Amino acid sequence: MTATTVSAARQSTPGWLKNLRMLVSGQEGALTLSLALLVIVVGTANPRFLAQQNISDILLNSSYIAVAAIGMSAVIISGNIDISVGAMIGVLATISGQLSIVPGMPVWISWLVPLIVGPMIGAVTGFLVAYLRIPAIVVSLGMMSILKGGLILATGGVWIYNMPPAYKLAQQSFLGLPVPVYFMLVLTILAALWMRYSPSGRAIYAVGGNKEAALLSGISPRVVLMRVFMFNGLMVGISSVLFATQFSSIQSTVPSGLELTIITSAVVGGVSILGGTGTVIGATLATILLRAIGNGMIFINVSAYWLQAVQGTLILVTVLIDLLRRRRQAAQIRG
Amino acid sequence: MGAILELENISKQFPGVKALDDVRFDMTAGEVHALLGENGAGKSTLIKIISGVYKPDGGTIRLDGETVLFNTPREAQQRGIATIYQELSLYPELTVAENIFMGHAPRRKLGPIEVLDWGAANRRAQEILASLNIHDLDVTRKIGTLTVGNRQRVEIAKALSLNARILIMDEPTAALTEADVERLFNIVRLLRERGVGIIYISHRLHEVFELADRVTVLRDGQYVGTKPVSETSEDDLVSMMVGRTIDNLFPKLQTEVGKPVLEIRSLWRKPLTRGVSFQLRAGEIVGLAGLVGSGRSEVAQVIFGINPAESGEILIDGRPVMIKHPGQAMNHGIAYVPEDRGTQGLVRQMRIRENISLSVLKAIRSGLFINRKQEYSLATGMIKQLNIRAYSTEQVVNKLSGGNQQKVVVSKWLASKPRILIMDEPTRGIDVGAKAEIHRLMSELAREGLAVLMISSELPEILGMSDRILVMRGGQVVAEFPRQEATQERIAAAMMSETAGNGAPKSETMMIGESETA
Repeated sequence: MTATTVSAARQSTPGWLKNLRMLVSGQEGALTLSLALLVIVVGTANPRFLAQQNISDILLNSSYIAVAAIGMSAVIISGNIDISVGAMIGVLATISGQLSIVPGMPVWISWLVPLIVGPMIGAVTGFLVAYLRIPAIVVSLGMMSILKGGLILATGGVWIYNMPPAYKLAQQSFLGLPVPVYFMLVLTILAALWMRYSPSGRAIYAVGGNKEAALLSGISPRVVLMRVFMFNGLMVGISSVLFATQFSSIQSTVPSGLELTIITSAVVGGVSILGGTGTVIGATLATILLRAIGNGMIFINVSAYWLQAVQGTLILVTVLIDLLRRRRQAAQIRG
Repeated sequence: MGAILELENISKQFPGVKALDDVRFDMTAGEVHALLGENGAGKSTLIKIISGVYKPDGGTIRLDGETVLFNTPREAQQRGIATIYQELSLYPELTVAENIFMGHAPRRKLGPIEVLDWGAANRRAQEILASLNIHDLDVTRKIGTLTVGNRQRVEIAKALSLNARILIMDEPTAALTEADVERLFNIVRLLRERGVGIIYISHRLHEVFELADRVTVLRDGQYVGTKPVSETSEDDLVSMMVGRTIDNLFPKLQTEVGKPVLEIRSLWRKPLTRGVSFQLRAGEIVGLAGLVGSGRSEVAQVIFGINPAESGEILIDGRPVMIKHPGQAMNHGIAYVPEDRGTQGLVRQMRIRENISLSVLKAIRSGLFINRKQEYSLATGMIKQLNIRAYSTEQVVNKLSGGNQQKVVVSKWLASKPRILIMDEPTRGIDVGAKAEIHRLMSELAREGLAVLMISSELPEILGMSDRILVMRGGQVVAEFPRQEATQERIAAAMMSETAGNGAPKSETMMIGESETA
């Protein structure tokens, strides 16, 4: 009880300055610095890394992962996890691609259907987690197997070719940048605003931080979790369209390890695996950083196999820092 | 006979509270020594020090005359001190014998390797149980299939398998049926004859007289006295336990008591809300007293919709209302400051501002977003009104002291502008200064017309703050006193007396605390 009493008048630092300070001190700041450092080091070693085409490639290849990582961040912040997102992207991309080659099918339908089916799958997962109280890791593990198996059964894993050119959203550009990059930026900003400044976004942090306190404060954890998983489904739906339209063919299988890449992005972005803290801006920055590392390795002649090791190290370091911070706080409480 | 265990000048400090201050305790072999005190008197802390869970800040512990310091509960166990806690620590999926010999099962050679010998374990478990006159327990049954009484017998057998010479029993009868209580007493007497020293904690005074040789009383973390049971009486012990003077800590303001705001009629929610009825008027502070497990918090949780009522009526301003979840209770102007601020009150990673606005997120919205200006001014106002000592509204609540954390929880509820405020142990574990401030605040709120229901285990707090006092026992309101007629002795007697026909089946109390959290 030695802290000084704060007077109400002290509450005068402008909000934007505080936000700026927080940005620099938090995970977002660390990621931005790392990214800058990487650009300088690799760019000095091999200036071709900085070519506009290469930067654009890094951003393009980050986009569908970053969009899915936004949803994943919300799920993890709420105190859960969803490891079925890779399988969801595989299924939704296949549905989208198959629709696009149906003669006479308007292109927008192949884009729209994943955005409807995604939240539906999310609603099933969310229901099992929120109402039947099955741990999310179990639910999403089951969902992953069902989707994976179902996809192979339904399609035999065939390749889908000859999608109409108008379908290939991700191959189009606007003002010199691929369209998916705009999706990444806009969705990150919208999701950040929602989660940070709206009542329903704040509720996600409350439920992830202390479910019981949230319940006692009049927030319904069930409703919040349903919303989070459906939001995740929507983000995965958008991600799958960006994924499906980026290439000239789609294989009707689940891209292997995609869910781990997405979870890695969220965790390295500072989303606490224990729930309650983290931001989508961090997740997007981390996605770009991880892609840039993978890409940069090629330019300085490091085997791409190192990327896995680097990702793994980043996960461990980030989680370790988070845990140390929590332990220090816990120690202060106990005095 | 000399003392086998002696404690001298034992002190233990927790942040904000002095849990034990210069306490002594001793016991001889073959003695049942009762430990008495109100909730929060320091009994639990003392037994945790004896059993090696906590290390004392000061003082000495001597075992057979030799000074010892236990770093872990295991060290205490190895020296023959076993503890049976209220929540039994058995593995439900393992058998009786496996539980008894968990960690020290007999071994045998199987060729070159040593393996656990479950045959021998079963035989020895049977022997130990037989030595306790327990012949009806199959040692190969899973613990999960046994009654609470049988589980407790297994715990005792486990302690004996470790050659315990000192057995600590923390409210062993709290969850037992009458028949099981009798069997337990017989076992305790048997152990005493064998020279085992037993530290016996109970709130039931008649058990102390039936079983104990000596009794030690603690109050507010301090040693009050030790007496042979034959030289004391129930009245004597009650006054030793509660005999505090009410100091000036409780600045109760005179208020005008208005119309009934909340009325509950024969509210039921098993196991601990059994036909509770009372009224709460505007401007009135009603104290709800009772022992832990008497159903005080459970009633509050029924009213607030955390565990909705099975039957009965809740009336607000005379109109019956349905309360099925906390959101509905809040809409009716009810606020609930929960008992455990850490697990139920605060989101620790969040800032003060974010915690305070949690109950009013929807009310302070402008358009899609939270109105930041309103949120800041709400938090700033509360920091000022409740004198929360913090660097700014942006401080993470985890870093505040207990008293200030509690003020943040109270702020959250005041922000919702309630008309009915339920406070469950509002000042537990906070320092004296913060305590007085919370009391002052309660008084002021009552004067502004709030109806306050205060649940507390501290009788001075109940007596000092309440206009009216309700006493609960076994899930029912068993007594009511107006402020003028209430004394510590009368309330304590109502809380503890085991009048005949107290029908609450105690075997169900194991179920408390399973609140709906999803």
